[in-house]
Amino acid sequence: MRPLFKFHGGVHPPTHKVESTRTPIARAALPSKLVIPLHQHVGNRAVPTVQVGERVLKGQIIGRPEGRLSSAVHASTSGTVSAIDMQVVAHFSGLPDLCVTLIPDGKDEWFPHSGVDYKQTAHSELRQRLRDAGIVGLGGAVFPSDMKSYSHKHKIKTLVLNGAECEPYITCDDLLMRERARDILRGAEVLRELLYAEEVLIGIEDNKPEAIAAMRQAVLDDGHGHMEVIAVPTLYPGGGAKQLIRVLTGIEVAAGVRSTEMGVQCFNVATAYCAWRAITFGEPLLARIVTVTGNVERAQNFEVLLGTPVEELVAQAGAKPDTYKHIMGGPMMGVDLPSASVGVTKATNCIIEAAQSAFPPPEPAMPCIRCARCADVCPAELQPQDLYWFAKSKDFGKTQEFSLFDCIECGACAYVCPSHIPLVQYYRFAKSEIWQREKEQQAAELARERHDFRQQRIEREKQEKAERLAQKERAALAAKPPAPAPLPVAAPAADLDNTLQMRVDADIARSNMQMRIDAAAARAKEQATAEQPKNTDALTPQQQAEIAEIEARRAKFHEIASHSGADDESPKHS
Amino acid sequence: MWSSPFITTPTSVSQIMLRVLIALIPGIALYVWYFGAAILVSLALASITALVTEAVMLKLRNRPIKPFLSDNSALITAWLLALSIPALAPWWLVVVGTAFGIVVAKHLYGGLGNNLFNPAMIGYAVLIISFPGHMTHWISPQELASTGLSFAEQLNYIFNGVLPAASALDAYTMATPLDTLKTQLHLGLSVEAIRDMPIFGYLGGKGGEIVAIGFAIGGIYLLLTRVINWVIPSVYLGTLFAIAAIFHLADPTHYVAPLFHLFSGAAILGAFFIYTDPIGSPTTRKGQIIYAAGAALLTFLIRAFGGFPDGVAFAALLMNICVPLIDAYTTPAVFGKKGARK
Repeated sequence: MRPLFKFHGGVHPPTHKVESTRTPIARAALPSKLVIPLHQHVGNRAVPTVQVGERVLKGQIIGRPEGRLSSAVHASTSGTVSAIDMQVVAHFSGLPDLCVTLIPDGKDEWFPHSGVDYKQTAHSELRQRLRDAGIVGLGGAVFPSDMKSYSHKHKIKTLVLNGAECEPYITCDDLLMRERARDILRGAEVLRELLYAEEVLIGIEDNKPEAIAAMRQAVLDDGHGHMEVIAVPTLYPGGGAKQLIRVLTGIEVAAGVRSTEMGVQCFNVATAYCAWRAITFGEPLLARIVTVTGNVERAQNFEVLLGTPVEELVAQAGAKPDTYKHIMGGPMMGVDLPSASVGVTKATNCIIEAAQSAFPPPEPAMPCIRCARCADVCPAELQPQDLYWFAKSKDFGKTQEFSLFDCIECGACAYVCPSHIPLVQYYRFAKSEIWQREKEQQAAELARERHDFRQQRIEREKQEKAERLAQKERAALAAKPPAPAPLPVAAPAADLDNTLQMRVDADIARSNMQMRIDAAAARAKEQATAEQPKNTDALTPQQQAEIAEIEARRAKFHEIASHSGADDESPKHS
Repeated sequence: MWSSPFITTPTSVSQIMLRVLIALIPGIALYVWYFGAAILVSLALASITALVTEAVMLKLRNRPIKPFLSDNSALITAWLLALSIPALAPWWLVVVGTAFGIVVAKHLYGGLGNNLFNPAMIGYAVLIISFPGHMTHWISPQELASTGLSFAEQLNYIFNGVLPAASALDAYTMATPLDTLKTQLHLGLSVEAIRDMPIFGYLGGKGGEIVAIGFAIGGIYLLLTRVINWVIPSVYLGTLFAIAAIFHLADPTHYVAPLFHLFSGAAILGAFFIYTDPIGSPTTRKGQIIYAAGAALLTFLIRAFGGFPDGVAFAALLMNICVPLIDAYTTPAVFGKKGARK
């Protein structure tokens, strides 16, 4: 038995996984339309490559990757592009994003495609294929997989395959592992090859015995020598990449550190599966497994074409009338969908139809009583009660001192809080405020630099002007003998003196200015070296993408922060 | 639209506080059994005062009254205070103490969650400093009292200050065992001789030791229901025992046995109900150890060398002040940022 490690804290919310695991994965019916967002991944939004009215084939690229960090988007089936416009997408912000709307023709006619034997193919080409196939992390992070399949200059020992699926309700990875274990492992083999990793550790929470058995059987059947399926204790958020890496290897990957620097890379099982399909068969990422559960007649997993409207998907599981909200993802970290008409994306692992009975609206917040239950369960070992206090009082410096950016927003703290304080909202609020401030500060720095530069230029021009003037004077003096001048004799001399004086003044002014500029530059440099690394410096591309989105939510947080609970100052006479 | 997480545990502040109240009941029941029903009167007076002052302060502070009045925190203050002072005392004593605790120590500091000091202990401190005379008359255990007061007579004294004809309060009350110990030691008696006096039982004072066991049972209930964690009670009692043992072993004629320290006064009540008040105690594990050990040390020092018979309340207040500092210095390293860990 491999010794397992523990991470601090964690919670045991009711899992509600049985409901959706009773039947095998079903293929979802072809929807009436597909609303395919062009930004389903971390990084730059894909650029549309099709026109309205154009007929596209299944698997044809409709959005090409833009820039280094981006991913391709494909037509999930054959049909006609009916619109390319801004539509509400499956995102917390509720903001619209560019989507391609496709009306399927029902023929499901494939675009010509072919795979390769990964053993015979250069790594760079394999990565290009992953990128062109739109393979991104399917555990929810949707980070482009080609960017993660480098070992860079770091030696990667361990590839962690994440089948933990710790969030309640979600069972898509469970079912995938039960039914398609062999392809998952083959995909893992490709990723291992790309990373030159020595071993593959497959972590699955021990509440999924069928999946563990299936994966173990597949390891044996296909003789994957350096793979091991490991049952990890069921403890939320044990499926967080950092937590799973910790449990399996004992390595703690701190915030702002890439796991590859510590010799570990982590992929979700579904990502490995799709990578295999993409490399070997040339099949782009067109569909994914989605758990439809909660307030439905038949909770189950569907293989769903990307872009399928959530309401059409839910209808196939038997929607019930008293659903009042649709949660994408799990109940701990999911997103309250702004509309049921949004299309399923690569990040959609689960749709929970929420009724008031199972998901009552949050109770009004009471003051923090410092019971520290949040600190007891925090997997990042933070002091959430302190972070809350500082975030609430907008003391953002203190929040950083208390490692706000190590918070993974797993929600364990808010889950156990007896005062029902929406703690995670406060942390998101503080993070977005800090990002905003740093951005403003950078802008101010730039402005200051420009100002200094302008000052320097003005000074230089003044100086040049003075010099030109002096030259002119000298030339005039040389041309005109002073003798016949009717003006006071002292004048030219005085003039000359003046000119000289001006030059001296300008020199002094210039050297003064230079000194001040140098001093300022030195100060700035000193500050830069003395300052802690900023949170906007060590951003993962994921965070960068988040920041932009978070900007949009800031207004909302202000609102939340201004009336978040009973303990806040109520506005007088309002 | 609200944001994740969309589920929470069913615990609430009012449920936690309710469990604390429930946990006090065994101790209160034994109190009634050994010392009579007068304590129920002070508990009722304190409760009414706490709820009324809480409501008034919430109103004045422009806060919603219902959620805060039903959080049960004011009742805990009331009950802890009532249990800390003599039951047979003028009605206004417990009223003044409770009102001061709720108004000044709790609401003037910002209400629930923001009070630096334990409001009940502030109430106690105010009473023992302002009305020391009333604070020394503890009802004698019924097995010792030659002439007990009936409940009606107790009520008559509490509300009208009238005792049965030709009797003095001293006939029905006595000093606490800790107080007696301290006084008699000053008079030159040895611990052994003092412990032979009838008011002492096996562990602490007669009756009082059993009440303490009742509070310990409640404390275990709180541990089992995870309302409190084991750190503060065990470190507090353990440290108190250890310090008392050292002194007792060094000089048994002047320093009483360690078990006596645990089972007399408010040590057990403090260990499970007062020091564990989350608002006034550190949030870090290490901090809780320091806090509890400090409180035990102060309790012992005040009992052995101070001017007051018991040190639990003042130790609580003194340690309350240290909490921000303790928390600041004991914040643990976060995930991935500590040294190699096994």
